[in-house]
Amino acid sequence: MHELAIAENVVETVTERLPGATVTCVHLEIGALSGVVPDSIRFCFDLATEGTGLAGARLEITEPPARCRCRACDAEFQPDSPVVLCPCGSPDVAVLAGEELKIVSVQVA
Amino acid sequence: MCATCGCADGPARLPIPLHRHQHDDGSWHEHAAAHDAPGHEHAGGQHEHAGGQTVTLEERVLARNDALARQNRDWLRARGILALNLMSSPGAGKTTLLERTARDLAGEFVIGVVEGDQETTLDADRMRAAGCRVVQVNTGTGCHLDAVMVRDALTALEPPDGSLVVIENVGNLVCPALFDLGEAHRVVLASVTEGADKPVKYPHMFRSAGLVLVSKTDLLPYLDFDLDRCTADLGKISPAATVLPVSARAGDGIDTWYDWLRQRNPAPR
Repeated sequence: MHELAIAENVVETVTERLPGATVTCVHLEIGALSGVVPDSIRFCFDLATEGTGLAGARLEITEPPARCRCRACDAEFQPDSPVVLCPCGSPDVAVLAGEELKIVSVQVA
Repeated sequence: MCATCGCADGPARLPIPLHRHQHDDGSWHEHAAAHDAPGHEHAGGQHEHAGGQTVTLEERVLARNDALARQNRDWLRARGILALNLMSSPGAGKTTLLERTARDLAGEFVIGVVEGDQETTLDADRMRAAGCRVVQVNTGTGCHLDAVMVRDALTALEPPDGSLVVIENVGNLVCPALFDLGEAHRVVLASVTEGADKPVKYPHMFRSAGLVLVSKTDLLPYLDFDLDRCTADLGKISPAATVLPVSARAGDGIDTWYDWLRQRNPAPR
């Protein structure tokens, strides 16, 4: 489960950026095409934060939907599955949004 | 009380949130507290919160891994080393393919291997017997290799300039897809015994592949594997990837794989 590694990366990054801070809330952005399951992050977040400045922090997750542009017909569309296909049938698409995996902000005490 | 959402603190925490909050752009987030809870106000995408201080970080979670992966890539490129990240589910035939490749191309390539497994040195022993320089990385409970492990492995491996380095990732079609190691190309194996539906079931992995090797094709007569369907699905998921059917045991398609390697091998500096 790579979500534990992701949660540990969040802890490391926040600890490095804000050494010694007591963090009460973490706001993440996890896009629909990021390959990370928000519920799994929630599941292991407490485990990853235990004994750190993020212990007990609340987790807020925003999930931007996927948005793509077809290179064949130039249409912009929102795919409904991780297999990104334009309604015109072309698989040649540029992903405009949905791959986010980001720490947006934290709340410190 | 949580300073951000106004949710009541207490011994019980709700892993499954109560509310989904839709934003104008279609994105949404969830709350464990009701919208009318104290301290919870929304103005468009902005939040106003009572108490505490919000620090904007706007940092990608994998920024550190990706920065190290770039360092690995620069290090490899400067030495004219071709590095491949070889991925598949467990038992798809990565090591068997590498053993044959090492033996067949012994006069052509110097091959170094980074073996990623949770435990044992079994694969490293096999590759050493095939004449390769090998570093085994045991990830313990870890389900993938990351750029730090590969940096340390490359330091230990000391691959010569102009050589081929194959990083055999932990057998897993999910987690390794997320972690850039600094490789030049991602090669994904899908064995015919796994069924033709693996690309559509694990699109993240296959979407990142530059080459997909459909392996163990010598077993096709005994299976219902639909190679055309698998290839068509791969065309949708990963239109830029090359798809090569191959049997490391019988040798079918193996020369096409070797040609793919030769075409990508950078000239030594």
